[in-house]
Parts: sequence; C-alpha cells; structure tokens
Amino acid sequence: MTALLSIDGVSKRFGAVTAVDGLSLDIMENEFFALLGASGSGKTTLLRMLAGFETPDAGAIHLDGADISRVPPNRRPVNLMFQSYALFPHMTVEGNIAYGLEMERLPRSEIASRVAEIMETTELAPMAKRKPDQLSGGQRQRVALARALVKRPRLLLLDEPLGALDKKLRAAMQLELKRLQHDVGITFIVVTHDQEEALVMADRVAILKDGRLLQCGTPHEVYEHPANRFAADFIGVMNFIEEGGRTLAVRPERLHLFPDRADRTVEGRVTARAYHGLDLQLHVATPLSPKPLLVRLTANAADRRPVSEGDTVTLGWNDADTRQFND
Amino acid sequence: MRGHLAPHRFPEKTPRVQSPNTRSTLLMAPALLWLTALMVVPCGLIFALGFFRRGLYGGIEYTFTLENFALIVDPLYAGIFLTSARIAGLATLIAVIIGYAAAYAIAAAPRHRQPLLLFLAVLPFWSNYLIRTYAWIVLLNREGLITQGLRMLGYEGEPPSMLYTEGAVITGLVYNYLPFVILACYAPLARLNPELAEASRDLGASAFTTFRRVILPMTVPGIAAGAVFVFVLSIGNFITPALLGGGRFQMMGNLIYAQFLTANDWPFGAAISMVLIAIMMGLLTLQAIAAEKGAGEKREGADG
Repeated sequence: MTALLSIDGVSKRFGAVTAVDGLSLDIMENEFFALLGASGSGKTTLLRMLAGFETPDAGAIHLDGADISRVPPNRRPVNLMFQSYALFPHMTVEGNIAYGLEMERLPRSEIASRVAEIMETTELAPMAKRKPDQLSGGQRQRVALARALVKRPRLLLLDEPLGALDKKLRAAMQLELKRLQHDVGITFIVVTHDQEEALVMADRVAILKDGRLLQCGTPHEVYEHPANRFAADFIGVMNFIEEGGRTLAVRPERLHLFPDRADRTVEGRVTARAYHGLDLQLHVATPLSPKPLLVRLTANAADRRPVSEGDTVTLGWNDADTRQFND
Repeated sequence: MRGHLAPHRFPEKTPRVQSPNTRSTLLMAPALLWLTALMVVPCGLIFALGFFRRGLYGGIEYTFTLENFALIVDPLYAGIFLTSARIAGLATLIAVIIGYAAAYAIAAAPRHRQPLLLFLAVLPFWSNYLIRTYAWIVLLNREGLITQGLRMLGYEGEPPSMLYTEGAVITGLVYNYLPFVILACYAPLARLNPELAEASRDLGASAFTTFRRVILPMTVPGIAAGAVFVFVLSIGNFITPALLGGGRFQMMGNLIYAQFLTANDWPFGAAISMVLIAIMMGLLTLQAIAAEKGAGEKREGADG
C-alpha cells in the first residue's frame, strides 16, 4: 500500500528556533492519525505546513504522489479545522458551511444539497439560520467540522478539535469523531496534547518532541512498548525504578499489592492515598526510586485488602511487564 | 460591609440602597448640565430664529414665517447644497480608501510597532487646523513648493493651477479628517482574528475573495463610523473652502457664515444651520442604528 501523505525530511525554522527538524512520516489512506506532543513540540507548525500556511525550509510533502510543499492553501485538497473554529461571525451556519463550496463554483443546487446533507449528518439542520455566536460550544465545533467535511477533502486536519469542550462532552465527541471519520471515509490527522484523546481516537499515534519524531505506532504499541524514556513518561503514567545501574519502567497498573507470585518484590510505606471512584491510587515510598511509586488498584483489589496512609506494604511485579531504557 | 456599618455610624439616617440608575444619573449630571446650557439651549434659540422674518436693516422682526426654510429649495441655494454634498462625498470616499488602507497596514504590522504607527498617523492632528490648512496654500500656490519641485525636475511650462480649485478643497478636507478614518477602521481590523482569513483561504478563497467576503464585511462598522465623521465635518466646514477654495466654492458652511456675518440675515442663516444639523443627526442616527444592530446580534448570542 502506498501512502496517501508522505512527509519527507521536512524542517521549518523561525529565526533561531527550529520548530520542525527533519521529520519524516507516512500516513495511509483512511487512517485516523494523531500527532501528539507538548506545546513547542512542532505539531502545530507541521499541521500548518500540511495546510499550506507555512512552507518547509527543507524536505517535501507529497499528497497522492504530487509535491504540495509550495501549493497555496486554497489550491490544496486539504482542509483544516481550526482550534478556535474560526467560524465567520457575519454568516449563518448554512452560509459558513456553503462558503467552501461556493469557492469551487459548484452549481447552486449541488451546493444546497451537499450543505443540507452534511447538516443532517452533524445534526445542525435546526440551526441553519443561526449565527455562530448564537450557538453553544459543541454546536460551533460541529459547524467547523461540517464546514471542512463538506468540501470532501483528501485530508482533513484537526487542530485540538476537542480542546474547547468540557470534559464530558469531550469524551462523547472522541467516539463521535471516530464514527464520523469511519462514515465519511476521509483521512484525519488530529493534533493534540492530550495523550488519552490520542489513544482513544487514533489508529496510529506519532509522538513529537522538539520538532522530531520520537515514536510512531498504534496506541497499544506506544503505550505498552514505548521506544524511549520520554515516550514512556509522556504517554500515561510511568514509574521509573533504578536497579543495578539501569532504569526500569513499569506502569502503575502492573504493580501488585501483597502479590502471591511475583518476579520482584519491594517493601515500602504508603505516603498518600487518592480515591478516584473507579480506582484507588497509592503513593508508596521505596528505596528503589527518589519519587514514590504510583500504584493503581482496581476497586475490587482495594476492597480485598484495605490500606491506609503510613502502612507498610509489599509491592511486586513481573519482569515481562517492565521496559528497560539505556538513556 | 458598608451596608452593615452605615446605620450604626449614622443612626439618624435610614439605610437606603442607591440604585445604580440613580448613581449614574448623578454622575452624568455635570455633563448633562453642560450640554444643556451650551448646546441644547443655543440650538433651540437658533432653531426658533429660523421662523422669524429678517428686519429691514439686518435686525430681526418677530413675526412667524416659513419663508426662510422655503428659500433653501431655491435653485441657487439648493445648488450650493448639492456642491457641498458632492465635495464632502468625494472627500469622504477618498479619505475612506486611503484611511482604510493605512489602518490595514498598521493592523498588519508587528504588534509592538502598532502604537507608534498609530501615534504617527494622528500626529498632524495635534497642530492647529488653520496652520495645517495654510501649509497647503504654501504647497499648492502657483509658485509654491510643488511647482518649485517640478521646476527642479526640469518642468518648463506654465505653473499648474492647483490652489483655489475643488481639488484643493477636497485635498484639504481629506488631509484634515484622515486620522479619524484611520482610527475608526483600525479598531475592528486589529480585533479581527487572523485565523478567519486563514480559514477563508483554507476553504478555497483567493486573497481578494477573502478580503471581499470576510475582512471587509466584518469591518464595515468602522468604515461607516469614519465615513459619517468625515462627511458631517466636511459638509459643514467653512475654513477649508474659504482658504483653499479662495471663495470660489461656496459650501454650506460658507453660506451660513455669510448670512450671519456679512449679509446680516440671521433668520435665513439659522434656517440653513438647522437643515445642516438635521442632515448630520440623520446620518449619525443611521450609523448608530447600524452599530446597535451589530451589537444586538452579539448580545442575543450570549443568551443562547
């Protein structure tokens, strides 16, 4: 299978700052791809180069085999959903969605039917005549999405698409976006700093740091087999244990309390206890690391053996659940 | 705190909560008094004056008449009115085009440089209006700086006649009122989210279409405010036409000036003044309604 989008050794500098540094990535047709990184990782600059708002200083970007590195944004079959949504405040919902099709000079009847269709899909039909500032945050987000989708781009870029929504709505929209992407059959690239969002939505995740690609893989791969210490620390929560001059990494859910059977065990004292409903998280101070180890117990396990702050506990883990890094 | 303490400290006073309305009326009182004494009352007097007859030797005969207002539609005066409107209209158009372009350039400049650029745009405004207008005479004179400049470039022919033309009057008006337009257009342009223009480009619009369909419509209130300002000030202006038009171009302002100071026909001068004020009020009201409509849409959105 050839890639739909091929990013080939792309770099971008702003003055003395190198925002993207020789980055290469292939993205397949119909993929839901996530670019994950902290602020300053270069993910937004990369997205803006894909949209056409920035030109790479080095390298090339190919879409369907054609070099688009220098094609202006209005001539690319690529659309961007802005983090701020950037809805036109002087146009109605309908007007916003139709704008991109009017630019293609399509016949009026086709514009009308395609706008009506996408408003049906995104449940915006009742708000067709409203202006953006008469909508809720979730509705505005759907207008921004519909406005980009109605163009049927080869590639849809989404800049922190759920960033402005509250927590509950965000969880629902993660699944909603995934379903929508499946239904419309368009390749999505989402930029996010939220690792959980990336894991839930994406088929593949690329972790960026300082403009470089640290790791790229399925959510399961990057969570269970982080390629390096930064990736391990960035995705989810990770405990780092110093043992005989090497650093071992083990996830909180892989540490067991008073284990019946374990490859390794250590004694420690509970320094903090946080009840989250779904699980119970313990901070256990041990000689193995300067920071207390984090242990995550399911509600069931916590009920079997209640512990309180100050208790001395035994922690155990299996070698198969640890990762070793050389850096 | 104050609500609890007040009755104890001043037991003779019954605790009374001042409504925000009462307080704002109190705060506005000095300004309202000022406006009433120096604006509303004199305007009312002038308005009343318009309904009296001119006395035989320039005085006022206190008998009611509508003649003064009827005289305004006389072709002679209607012509002066139309000339004024044309000159003011042209000045407005030119000022809006130049001012909008300048405001656009300032809003597009790096953020830390914008205050300085705005300051420079408004700078001429802080010198005296008369001096600024006289400076144009020095420039446009038959043997003025422009002619001398042309001669230095090798121009041999007749000096161009620039002063005492309609063009000179329009130039003077544009020059004097340009800062208003720049300030009025800069505000909405600077507030514009740059991502809106990017979104338009992303959706397939050219740079020109983006300007026409997104940037321009969103900054119309600023253009309208600036335009009304220039038009209203230009149509009533009498200094610029007198100095740069050399008395050859009668505008409404000159006509009023002449009625009061040379023709000694105060009632007719009052009538023209009132018509001019009515036109200004009409335009300002239209502009206020348009601005209010824009703001109203936003408020509705906040509830929904």
